[in-house]
Amino acid sequence: MTVAQRNARIGRIGLYTLLVWICLFFSIPLLVVIATSLKSSDEVRTFSIFTLPSAPGIDAWIKAWSSACTGLNCGGVRVGFWNSVRILIPSVIISVMAGAVTGYALSHWRIRGANVIMLLLLFCAFIPYQVILYPLVKTFSTIGIYSSLPCIVAVHIVFGLPVMSLLFRNFYAGLPEELVKAARIDGAGFWRIFAFVMLPMSVNILIVATILQTTGIWNDYLLGLIFAGRDNMPMTVQLNAIATTSTGVIEYNVNTAAALLTALPPLLIYFVSGRYFVRGITAGAVKG
Amino acid sequence: MTISGSRLPAAEGVSTAPRIGRAYRVRSLAAKLALVPTLLVMLSCYYGSVTWTVYISMTRSFLLPVYKFAGTAQYERLFATPRWQVAYGNMFVFGALDIIGTLGLGILLAILLDRAVRFEGVFRTIMLYPLSISFIVTGLTWQWVLSPTIGFQHLVRDLGWTDFVFDWITQPDRAIYTLVFAGIWHQSGLIMAIMLAGLRGVDREIWRAARIEGIPTWRTYVSIILPMLRPLIVTCVVLIAIAVVKSYDLVVAMTNGGPGFSSDLPGKFVVDFEFERANIGQASAAATVMLGSVLAIVSPYLYFELARKNR
Repeated sequence: MTVAQRNARIGRIGLYTLLVWICLFFSIPLLVVIATSLKSSDEVRTFSIFTLPSAPGIDAWIKAWSSACTGLNCGGVRVGFWNSVRILIPSVIISVMAGAVTGYALSHWRIRGANVIMLLLLFCAFIPYQVILYPLVKTFSTIGIYSSLPCIVAVHIVFGLPVMSLLFRNFYAGLPEELVKAARIDGAGFWRIFAFVMLPMSVNILIVATILQTTGIWNDYLLGLIFAGRDNMPMTVQLNAIATTSTGVIEYNVNTAAALLTALPPLLIYFVSGRYFVRGITAGAVKG
Repeated sequence: MTISGSRLPAAEGVSTAPRIGRAYRVRSLAAKLALVPTLLVMLSCYYGSVTWTVYISMTRSFLLPVYKFAGTAQYERLFATPRWQVAYGNMFVFGALDIIGTLGLGILLAILLDRAVRFEGVFRTIMLYPLSISFIVTGLTWQWVLSPTIGFQHLVRDLGWTDFVFDWITQPDRAIYTLVFAGIWHQSGLIMAIMLAGLRGVDREIWRAARIEGIPTWRTYVSIILPMLRPLIVTCVVLIAIAVVKSYDLVVAMTNGGPGFSSDLPGKFVVDFEFERANIGQASAAATVMLGSVLAIVSPYLYFELARKNR
C-alpha cells in the first residue's frame, strides 16, 4: 500500500465517521422522544430521558391518544387529529386546484400584465403572516365566519395561493406551447384544454403540490391558533397546550407520545414520498 | 432535482416578454376571468391588509383602530419598549448564529455526501426527516432534550459528572442560544439538499483539471467549487434569513419567549400584543418592522436575481 493509498483510506474512514456522528445529531432527538414515550410514569420521574425504557409499553400512547388533558378537556389528541383532518382535506384540494388554474392561466394565455401579476404574487409569498393576521381577523369577523371551519380553510387557501400559483406556473411554462396551440386549433377552450390537456400532464407537479400543502397545513400552528376557534383546534395547537400545561406532575411519557402522534402523518408522507417531498420543500421554502 | 428547481420560485421566466396577437386576446377572456379570484384575494388579503397594517402603525390606535395620522409615535414608543428591544436584538443574535450554523453544516453535509457514495440514500433520509416535522414538535423535543431536570444535564450527571451544569434554556442570558440548536437541526437538511444539487451540477472537467494541477480536494472545494456556487449560497442565506424573521412556532414551543421575555422574537411580540394585550397600534408597528426586515433581505436579492437571468 503506498502512502497515497493509505492517506486516501484514512480519509474515507474519517469521512464516514464524521457522517455517522452528524447522523446521530439528527436522529438522537427523535430516538429520545420515542424511548421516553415507551416508559412508565414512574420511570420517567426518576431517570433522564436518554435512558432506554426498562419495560417498554404503549400505555402512554393510549393515554395521549384518548385521554390526555388540555385544561379541563380530557379527550386526548385524537380530538385535534380529527380536527386537523377536517381542516386539511378541503384546504389542500381547493388550494392545489386554485394554484393549478392560476398557474395555467398565467402561463399559456399571453395575458397582458401576467409578469406583473407574478411579481406581485412572488412578494406575497415573502410577507410574514403577522403583517396581515389582524386585518384578516377583522374581515372574517365582518363576514361572520371567524373562528370556524370555513374560516380556517379559507385562510389556508389564501396563504397557499402565492406559492401554489408560482409552482404551477413554473411547471406549465416549461411545457411546449404547441400543445395548447394544437388544442386551440381543434376548437378547445380554456377549461377544456385545462382538463384534458394540462391536468393529465401535471401528475408529478400535483403530487409535489399536494405533499407540500399537506405537510405545511398539518404542521401549521399560528393560523390554527388564531382562526380555527376552540371547536376546530388543530393537532399542533392542542399538543402545545397539553405539553405546556403546568398543573400537577408533568407526564413526559404522555407528552412525548402526543408529540410523536402529531409528527407521524408528515413523517409517514416523507418516508413514503421522499423525492417529491424534497422537491416541494425546496420550491416552497419561502412559505410561512 | 436541478439547481433551478431548488431556487426560490423566483420568477423563472418573469421576463419572457409576450407578443400579443389580437385573436389571442379575444380568446383569453376565460383565462382572465379565471384569474379574477386570485387577483381579488391578492389585492385584498395581501396588499390591502399590508396597507392597513402599515397605516395603523402610523396612528394612535390602541384597542381599536383609529385613523387619524400620527406620524412615527408608535415606532418611537416601540423602540423605547424593553421587551421589543430584547425581541428585536434577539432576531439578529439568533439570525447570525442560525445562518452561520445552518449554512456551515448544510454545506459540510453536501460536500461529505458529494464525496461518499455508499449509503447516500440512508444518510440523506436521516438528514432530511426533521424538515417534515412541525416547529411545534421540534421545539418541544429540543425543550425536553435541553431541560436540566430531564435532559442532557441529567444524563451527564448520571454518567458520573455529578456537578455538570448545562441549563442554558432556563438562563435569561442564554435561552436565545438554545433556539439555534433546534434551528440548525431543522433546517440544515434543506441547505444540504440545495447545495448537493449544485455540487452535482459542477462540470467534471473542473475536477479533472484540479487533479492534474495537484490541488488537494479540500482546496478545490474551498477555492474553486464553492466560489462557483456563490449564487446558490446567496439563495440559501436569503432562505434562512427570511425563516429567522418569520420565526414564531419554534420559540413558542421551546421557551415560550422566556425566562421572562429574554428569548422573545418579533413574530411572538406581534402576536402577543395583537391578541393578548389587544394593543394593535404597537403590534402593527412591530409587524411593519418585520415586513421591512423581510423586504430588506428579499428586494436586493430578487433585483439581482432577475437582472442575472435577463442578461
